[in-house]
Amino acid sequence: MKALGLHLAVLAALLAAFWLLPPYHVTNMARIMVLAVFAIGYNIAFGQTGLLSLGHALFFAAGMYATGLLIEQTGLATAPALLAGLAAGAAVAAAVGVLALRTGGVSFMIVTLMFAQAGYLTILYFGGVTRGDEGFTIARAARAIGPIDLSADMPRYMAAFALFTAGLLGHLALTRSRFGRVMVAMRENEERSRMLGYNPFTVKLAALTISGLYAGAAGAAYALLFGYVGASFAAIQYSILPLLYVLLGGAGTVLGPFVGALLMFYLIEVASGLTTAYLMVVGFALLALVLFAPKGVMGTLRDKALPWLP
Amino acid sequence: MAFGPFLLLALLEGTVMAAVLALTAVGLSLVFGVMRVVNVAHGAFFMLGAVSAWFVTHWMPGPPFVGFLAALILCPLFVAALAAVADWTVLKRLHYEPEATIVATIGLLYILEQAALSLYGPEARPVAAPFTWRIQLPWFGYSGYKLFVVLAAAAVLAAVWLVMTRSRAGLVMRATQMDRDMARAFGIDTDRVYAGVFALGAGLAAVAAVLIVPIQQAHYLMGGDPLLLAFIVVIIGGLGSLRGTVVAAVLIGLSDGVISVFFSPTLAKILATLLVALVLVFRPQGLFGARA
Repeated sequence: MKALGLHLAVLAALLAAFWLLPPYHVTNMARIMVLAVFAIGYNIAFGQTGLLSLGHALFFAAGMYATGLLIEQTGLATAPALLAGLAAGAAVAAAVGVLALRTGGVSFMIVTLMFAQAGYLTILYFGGVTRGDEGFTIARAARAIGPIDLSADMPRYMAAFALFTAGLLGHLALTRSRFGRVMVAMRENEERSRMLGYNPFTVKLAALTISGLYAGAAGAAYALLFGYVGASFAAIQYSILPLLYVLLGGAGTVLGPFVGALLMFYLIEVASGLTTAYLMVVGFALLALVLFAPKGVMGTLRDKALPWLP
Repeated sequence: MAFGPFLLLALLEGTVMAAVLALTAVGLSLVFGVMRVVNVAHGAFFMLGAVSAWFVTHWMPGPPFVGFLAALILCPLFVAALAAVADWTVLKRLHYEPEATIVATIGLLYILEQAALSLYGPEARPVAAPFTWRIQLPWFGYSGYKLFVVLAAAAVLAAVWLVMTRSRAGLVMRATQMDRDMARAFGIDTDRVYAGVFALGAGLAAVAAVLIVPIQQAHYLMGGDPLLLAFIVVIIGGLGSLRGTVVAAVLIGLSDGVISVFFSPTLAKILATLLVALVLVFRPQGLFGARA
């Protein structure tokens, strides 16, 4: 009960933020909420099931390009294109999972990294359609669902908020479900879970597919809300980013991915205001995290003060 | 140009690439084999070797070969020292846990690349080759320096192999690789071995970079491709197997050269990355690895 209340309070605060924050930060918050959905997806694979993937950019890009290319090339309506983006993220994740989940540990990281790299290079290779690194913009007219124009401030914020609400509450429900506990069991002790009669392969595949669905949703939403599709979203940086968010916020906690995305976004924002060397800040943040706070903000909070935190 | 000479040119380019790749990949393979650390910052050490070579040759007076020789000695030492410090301050404190070290080396990669961008700048800068002989073949002339790169890389690899199989230091490294706790029980200071191996691996990447920089130019983002290719080579050769790594480097270098010349470099890389993923999935010990 306490936990549900906390999450609803966070959501209420985010809703109120639209009227309370200055316009510049409202746009930032919309971006952060979409990226947080991506991070929640990553948390389901890494934080809960223990699958350290270095290839989530592929799932994000699958959603983004499925939606973007369907609108640009075939003139499909916005709503079905958005759904196609979700499906693309989940389908690509399932396909990668079928192969990559035959391996574990370090091999799993490298296999996912390689698949993502192959995907990124494929986008560059078909530059005639995808416009490669340069990317393409989605016309304003195509960024509307019915009468709602997603490129305007208010609908954009509300769309991001709706997506984030669905993602966060879905994550909370998943964590509390039986299946969520089986996922944690896989992370903690795979052999023992197998002995108890769970099939590790199907559990992990399901977790990775759900994770891909979240990443695809975030990618598709990003394309529609901000109107730009480019190969840089498929590059290795976008696989590292959700890992960073989740580590900073606290792996395996429900609010962690959002907290991490929020802190990291503004850390980079402040750092790039002070110095052009903001990547250095990201680098030191990573080092400091693994050295001094491997459990992240929410994980440390749960250990020290709030044991009921999901 | 007829098909035959064209293929010869592609194979020559592939050999140069294979030589540099073998050096870089053996460094990565050593670090993985002995320490079980996946060093994502390996490409950054490669880049540092090239960038520091530019500084050395730029400030060294005298003819180009003096500066180049100085770079070939100083830059790997500098990079190795930096790597030893990174091992001492970060990796050791993480107890070499695989997942934590990957995140830490990603952090290291960002720090090193940003440092290079801030101190060196975003431009690609050339380093003069130490000599400019050309070897005139019946169909085309070929740079003598490129052949020197192949010979030098082969010499360094032979030296690494001798050290690993014939010297006491190599024995200690292999003992640590096989059983770290047992090695420690026999009085081997494994912390020093780890720092040494990490430094050696980074130093080998730097040697490769100094050799390639007269051909390629130094740039702060130049580490990405070597890192990816070195990963591919190390995995196809079998993680931690030095011989397999060298064989795989020749294989990947030559085929990359040929596919890049006749088709497209991007296609060559797509095929190589997919090959790696599939090798890891279906034959995790690598194509040449013996360990099951």
